[in-house]
Amino acid sequence: MTQNGAYAIELKDVSVYYGDNLAVDKVNLKIQNQKITAFIGPSGCGKSTVLRALNRMNDLISSARVEGEVIFREQNLYGPNIDPVEVRRRIGMVFQKPNPFPKSIFDNVAYGPRLLGIRNRHDLSDIVESSLKGAYLWDEVRQDLKKSGLALSGGQQQRLCIARTIAVEPEIILMDEPASALDPISTQAIEELMKDLVQNQKFTIIIVTHNMQQAQRVSDYTAFYSIRKAEETEGKERRWGVLVEFEPTRQLFESPKSEETERYIGGEFG
Amino acid sequence: MNTDNTQNTPNPENPEQAEDGAPRVENVNPTGGVALPDLESFRKRLVNRQRRGSIWARFMSLSLVVAIVALLALAYNIVDAAFGYVLTENVIEPTEVVEFVLTDVRNDTTTDPATVDLATLGASELAAVLREYQEPRLRVYIRDFLSVVPDDEFTQAPIRESLAGSSFRGQFADLTINDLDAAEWTLILGNNIPQDRLVGLVRTEVIGERILETWSLTESVTGFAEIDEARVAAVEGQNPNARLEFRSWLNINFLISPMSTNPAIAGIRTALLGTLWVMIITVGFSFPLGVGAALYLQEYADDNWLTRVISTNIRNLAGVPSIIYGLLGLSVFVIALEGITTGRSILSASLTLGLLILPVMIVNSQEALRAVPPSVREGSYGLGATRWQTIWRSVLPAAMPGILTGTILGMSRAIGETAPLLALGASTFLVVDPSGPFSRFTVLPIQIYQWTSRPSDQWRSLASAAIIVLIILLLSLNAAAIYMRQRFRRKLQP
Ligand SMILES: Nc1ncnc2c1ncn2[C@@H]1O[C@H](COP(=O)(O)OP(=O)(O)OP(=O)(O)O)[C@@H](O)[C@H]1O
Ligand SMILES: [Mg+2]
Repeated sequence: MTQNGAYAIELKDVSVYYGDNLAVDKVNLKIQNQKITAFIGPSGCGKSTVLRALNRMNDLISSARVEGEVIFREQNLYGPNIDPVEVRRRIGMVFQKPNPFPKSIFDNVAYGPRLLGIRNRHDLSDIVESSLKGAYLWDEVRQDLKKSGLALSGGQQQRLCIARTIAVEPEIILMDEPASALDPISTQAIEELMKDLVQNQKFTIIIVTHNMQQAQRVSDYTAFYSIRKAEETEGKERRWGVLVEFEPTRQLFESPKSEETERYIGGEFG
Repeated sequence: MNTDNTQNTPNPENPEQAEDGAPRVENVNPTGGVALPDLESFRKRLVNRQRRGSIWARFMSLSLVVAIVALLALAYNIVDAAFGYVLTENVIEPTEVVEFVLTDVRNDTTTDPATVDLATLGASELAAVLREYQEPRLRVYIRDFLSVVPDDEFTQAPIRESLAGSSFRGQFADLTINDLDAAEWTLILGNNIPQDRLVGLVRTEVIGERILETWSLTESVTGFAEIDEARVAAVEGQNPNARLEFRSWLNINFLISPMSTNPAIAGIRTALLGTLWVMIITVGFSFPLGVGAALYLQEYADDNWLTRVISTNIRNLAGVPSIIYGLLGLSVFVIALEGITTGRSILSASLTLGLLILPVMIVNSQEALRAVPPSVREGSYGLGATRWQTIWRSVLPAAMPGILTGTILGMSRAIGETAPLLALGASTFLVVDPSGPFSRFTVLPIQIYQWTSRPSDQWRSLASAAIIVLIILLLSLNAAAIYMRQRFRRKLQP
């Protein structure tokens, strides 16, 4: 949460491959501190891929390979001597499908702090309470913290996952379509929560969304990705994603520089 | 891709291009000119189609019936031999023995001897019974049960040597057994032989219960007249004390008595304890090893040809005949590692069975680990967990129900194995309780195998009773494991 560099995170010529297939080509981005940045673009353009490259979640996919530099606190996350465990502890992630652990609400939130070696029941209780408050979930679950996290509604589960993430106080939170599996009311709650996390709790958030209204409602900056295609020799097609435009959200939606962006936000393809 | 999507609405001018979800236009032939059967021939064929289906269904229900009949026949076979009339004869009636104890040892003339069970008498009382009825053989019992020197030296050696480890009065330490009197022999028997063994001794040596003839349950139900004729013939002939009784070969004495050469009093105590010991050590050995190997293969090893070769071969090992594991166990655990396992011990048997079920355990654990959804791992890694923390705190708990299922399968296989233990050299006649991993052993299947291979009906009945015990043991093990699995599941689900 400290503002060492000017940017929260910076991508320099980041390309990601799955095996021999290029998935995203040379992305350059500078993400602002304590802002919400949205990634939008058609399905398959590599939004999730870029997002996962930011906290080395791609390491879990054996075929994935990242080229280029991701600069975080003046260090290249893909440089030598970087432990991905530290990266993920400092850059947390919330997934599209709410994935609470099959454990109690308390244990879900305490999972991260326990990883860090906090054993004291009292300290853990404090963290759990403040994290659940931070995720707007405390009032709904304070009665039964022993209940399974899976017994909550989808929206509550997602807020539980957010609570679990903020319990380790990451500096950046990555969210991959966090509200796409939720109903409108839960979606609204998550959006409110994101704004609060940034404005009052000083987090930096990067969110992938398919919902352009959502991007407009919550984000300060928007990055638009699209797909490029090329014919291969035997009539096969190669597709990869590129970053088309990155601007403050209002500017991108009101006066896009690229014609492709304009057509996309005009709903012509997606 | 933008051109595809703009066509989601049907275009009436180009009906051939209408696809997916667009209403079809009347004059287009969807089969491209191929004539489909008309309604009448369709109906005719439909009858045939339905009939073919019902023939298959009948065949399948028939297979089920065959399977059920086979199972019932098996159950009938076992139960038929385990219950039924027996013609028994005692040399001396138990009540007479009890009466002797009451009047001559306890000086109690008021209690009715019929109300006291022989098995409840104390060790010294039973020793007194032996003295009363079998005084000349007391030394033989001492030799058989307590002597630690070779039989031919027993009468010459001072009891300090021959009865080393037993308790006797210090002043007699340098005398031989023949220097003592019957009262002293009785004391030694009563003080050193466990009560349950003395009960067995009294029953064989004094009461001399013998089974003259046995009948199956079916015979007992349908042919009582014949059975009674046999009794009358016996009573009028050489066995005046013979009496008919309906016997459940499966009874409490059967469970708590050790093996014996007399089928009337033989039990499965040693085999049952042996089976429990062997199972505990087998699972204790193969569970951590199996889960560990599965974890390594599934979570750590790269997915290259080597791991694939290893995985495939582990699968193949699961199908290797069990006798081969027995031979392996014989040469490795019994012979090569004799220094550690002390030869044909419970430990050797457990390690052999552990190896036998290891492939099943590994394969099932791998399956269970593979079934853990990626979201569980991602969630954990996303919070900054190391690989080990992720495995230990998230993956393993989620996979536990499946791993336990694999363990049940493994245990069920191990508990019934006979061949590898025969190869290993299980004891076929063992009356001493196993006391630890280094004891000599016998197990239920060995006992059953041994009894079924004897010619007379009595042993067959004992075997059936032991089979019932084995099956009950198996079912309750499974029930326990299923219960544990359900508990784990419930912890995982809301
Ligand atoms: N694990 C993987 N292995 C191989 N290829 C993958 C993998 N994950 C994604 N890809 C490929 O990478 C490209 C980008 O995928 P990605 O999931 O990043 O797209 P996305 O923009 O998030 O799409 P969506 O909006 O549908 O989530 C796609 O062509 C996809 O097929
Ligand atoms: Mg995605």
